[in-house]
Amino acid sequence: MPEISRDEVAHLAMLARIDLSDAELDHLAPQLSVILESVASINGVAGDDVPPTSHALPLTNVFREDVVVPGLTAEEALSGAPAVEDQRFSVPRILGEEA
Amino acid sequence: MTSLMPFDDVLAAYDPALGLEVHVELNTASKMFCGCPAVFGGEPNAGVCPTCLGLPGAMPVVNGKAVESAIRIGLALNCDIAEWCRFARKNYFYPDMPKNFQTSQYDEPIAFDGYMDVDVDGETYRVEIERAHMEEDTGKSLHVGGATGRIHGADHSLVDYNRAGIPLIEIVTRPILGAGERAPEVAKAYVAQLRELIVALGVSEARMDQGNLRADVNLSLSPKGSGTLDSPKLGTRTETKNVNSFRSVERAVRFEMQRHAAILSGGGSILQETRHWHEDTGITTSGRVKSDAEDYRYFPEPDLVPVAPSREWVEELRGTLPENPTVRRARLQAEWGFSDLEMRDTIGAGALGLVIETIAEGAAPQAARKWWLGELARRSNEDGVDLVDLPITPAQVARIQALVDEKVVNDKLARQVFEGVLAGEGTPDEVVEKRGLAVVSDDGALGAAVDKAIAANPDVADKIRDGKVAAAGALIGAVMKEMRGQADAGRVRELILEKLS
Repeated sequence: MPEISRDEVAHLAMLARIDLSDAELDHLAPQLSVILESVASINGVAGDDVPPTSHALPLTNVFREDVVVPGLTAEEALSGAPAVEDQRFSVPRILGEEA
Repeated sequence: MTSLMPFDDVLAAYDPALGLEVHVELNTASKMFCGCPAVFGGEPNAGVCPTCLGLPGAMPVVNGKAVESAIRIGLALNCDIAEWCRFARKNYFYPDMPKNFQTSQYDEPIAFDGYMDVDVDGETYRVEIERAHMEEDTGKSLHVGGATGRIHGADHSLVDYNRAGIPLIEIVTRPILGAGERAPEVAKAYVAQLRELIVALGVSEARMDQGNLRADVNLSLSPKGSGTLDSPKLGTRTETKNVNSFRSVERAVRFEMQRHAAILSGGGSILQETRHWHEDTGITTSGRVKSDAEDYRYFPEPDLVPVAPSREWVEELRGTLPENPTVRRARLQAEWGFSDLEMRDTIGAGALGLVIETIAEGAAPQAARKWWLGELARRSNEDGVDLVDLPITPAQVARIQALVDEKVVNDKLARQVFEGVLAGEGTPDEVVEKRGLAVVSDDGALGAAVDKAIAANPDVADKIRDGKVAAAGALIGAVMKEMRGQADAGRVRELILEKLS
């Protein structure tokens, strides 16, 4: 049965940029284990002959013609931005990385 | 100051292993997953829509033409084409992707297990291709407040999403082993030949200086003889990002080999990290350390259905491939009448595509070769840029040769035309006009200069009168000097012989 450790939950929280306190980790880590266990019960139903499924519809090759269609104006695109400068999205600097 | 081991010493003690990741920006009209124009630049954030901005509820749809280009690239690299593959989300938090993930492919690339035979000075290295997969480009960040536009010292960043979503194909090699001292050249030759292939396929503009083709260079060293080609022992690698010219690829490999060796020989160990290449100083500096924070939690993209190219489609696309590069080179060499050495030099200089285009514009093969490998190669060395990045087009080179053929300018004046075009003075014809470079073949003006030269050199004139025609050279020289090089030398000779016969 899958078991997820407190450390793993802390790592996932960091990756997802969710700030969890120690108390929250203590509280949530066991709950996640229970959820994983419940989901894993599907393995008991699906035999080896059932391939893992990522898409519910039996569709492939849904393609678009390579044609340009009008999108948003810059004004519309930036209308929801918290901060704008020089017609660009202004974002806080990111530490430790360089684009 | 980074300490470096002399290159020859590196080779005595270590075997290099190379790996190259090349991103090719496709030249489709629209983006990978939406109908926005696939054109970077222009008015910021004017080529965007809810899909490439990652707005809630927006749904992506795959650009069929981009899939076609991906398959053609895969086939040209002798890859197998997946019968069924999916897109995946590569999750990370960085403002260059507003969705907080990049749509890419993970363990199911569209093309895999290929190879490319790379010529280096007449020797062939087989570079194995691990995979070529489809993904999308990111937005462009501009860091504000820092002195150099880089992030260190920046207060904040400004992002333009016009580039976000432009189709990219990432081509990844397997470790390239056994290149030894040739490793830097093999890396350069691979990228140059890959570019040639991409251009021949017509799937990208493939200009490195414009960022259409970007190379990441992986390098590691292992103690000499510690592994074999079949079971290599690879050392810790570094990945140098965004090396954007052929020349820089070669320099970056050489630099990293020397840097790794200095650290290893001093008893240190290599930190697995990304490094930044600095074009101006020719060095790499530390970027970010690969840690478990770099856990992208890939999972299949639920909003895009799998891509399952039919075998009929794949075979149809195989029929559209350009000639195999090795066959093509042999054919071109025969057509052009180049010697082995001339052909090798042309390829080695990264000039093959340029020579092809110049000939297509009407220049004779030897003339096209002469200019690109002579005058222009000299300039590219002086300026430290690749030939392809010089501000002159194959059509302009062909035009200058046409001006020589039409006797508007001679070879010497043609060099000044090159200089003018490279300096941004306009087209070849405009440069001839503005600089007044056309040669004089009008008998009136030439005749006067010839008479003057004869009068000034009576003894030479006497020799010619006595039948010593070879002496005419001295008078031609005098006339050319008088006319500041702008005389039709053939006509001058005729006039001298006429007047002294």
